[in-house]
Amino acid sequence: MKQENAVFDQVLKTSPEEFVKDWMAEVSASGGSLGSSALTLQNDARELLEALRSAIAADADLGHLDDAPWAKTRAVLTALSQSRAAQGAGAADTSQFVMAFKRPLFIGLQKHLAADPKAAFDAAWVGSRLVDRLAQFTATIYQRTREEVINRQQAELLELSTPVVKLWEGVLAVPMIGTLDSSRTQLVMESLLTRIVETGSELAIIDITGVPTVDTLVAQHLLKTVTAIRLMGADCIISGIRPQIAQTIVHLGIDLQGITTKATLADALQLAMKKAGWSVTRVAKA
Amino acid sequence: MERIPILRMGRALLVTIQVDLQDQVALALQDDLSSMIERTGANGVLIDISALEIVDSFVGRMLASISGIASVLDATVVVVGMQPAVAITLVELGLSLQGVRTALNVERGMAMLAADDRNQID
Repeated sequence: MKQENAVFDQVLKTSPEEFVKDWMAEVSASGGSLGSSALTLQNDARELLEALRSAIAADADLGHLDDAPWAKTRAVLTALSQSRAAQGAGAADTSQFVMAFKRPLFIGLQKHLAADPKAAFDAAWVGSRLVDRLAQFTATIYQRTREEVINRQQAELLELSTPVVKLWEGVLAVPMIGTLDSSRTQLVMESLLTRIVETGSELAIIDITGVPTVDTLVAQHLLKTVTAIRLMGADCIISGIRPQIAQTIVHLGIDLQGITTKATLADALQLAMKKAGWSVTRVAKA
Repeated sequence: MERIPILRMGRALLVTIQVDLQDQVALALQDDLSSMIERTGANGVLIDISALEIVDSFVGRMLASISGIASVLDATVVVVGMQPAVAITLVELGLSLQGVRTALNVERGMAMLAADDRNQID
């Protein structure tokens, strides 16, 4: 066994319960215990300690967390930060838990190497680096987990916000909600065009009431959609253009010539029905 | 080399493209169609591309030029049955086929030509 590993092995082996107690004291002193019960923290700590001990006993290289002997430690840390991320704990709290490991480690080193200050200092340096690496690893996993959550939510939002509805015989409508970027335009275009083919509708209304801003890029995406609809042999009306957006469009010099635009969805539906030869009359009540 | 058949239906011509268009076939179609319009005096051409799954810029341009040639010969071209994927591809290629008329299916395209016919007589 490497000399430094032997020292750490001794420190971790001596009195695990004492060690965990010191650790927990440090965690609560630094405020890293927020959001988790003392029992879960203790269990996490014991598990991590056990994993570290087996890694060091297997004579793992303290400088390389990617090595095979660290697999269990990595698994424990991954599970830990994933569950913290899912519970909504902060990144600082999550890594603080691992950082707090330094204190009991240093106390242990001090006890074991009291006679040899130089060896104690060297060991402290190696231990400090190891803990830093562990904390970094935890933070990375934490961030990755959060990113996964964000990506999943984005995908869900994308699917939720682009329904194609049938308004009338031969009239489809898409109420657009949220910012229009290229991936959303693509999705809207695809689902709308497919529905046009399925239903044989001759008119599609794109309602942009829920689109917060229209810039040149958004307008370009809208134009693309309209052109694609026209190529299919159907017509398109854009409705729900708010006064501010109308002003922006004119100020930006966006050319919406050749596209029928209406202020509200109701106006658009009225026009659509008129084009198809429908008329609405109110029957006088008796 | 395979050729795309051109069918006559009253005063209109019907072209159904059922294979992926090779450039040579597309050029031959352009030739055949213009001479057919001249021979039959047709006033409308329906190009059914509902079976066409893949297009490139050449085919897109060919559709536009066929439409241009036909209008010089006083016939209206209606492209019918374009698939969503094809429409998206053409838009992404920047080909909006300005001046080419489109319809959802052959039936609607026929109705469109018939309506044009009536308007001209009036």
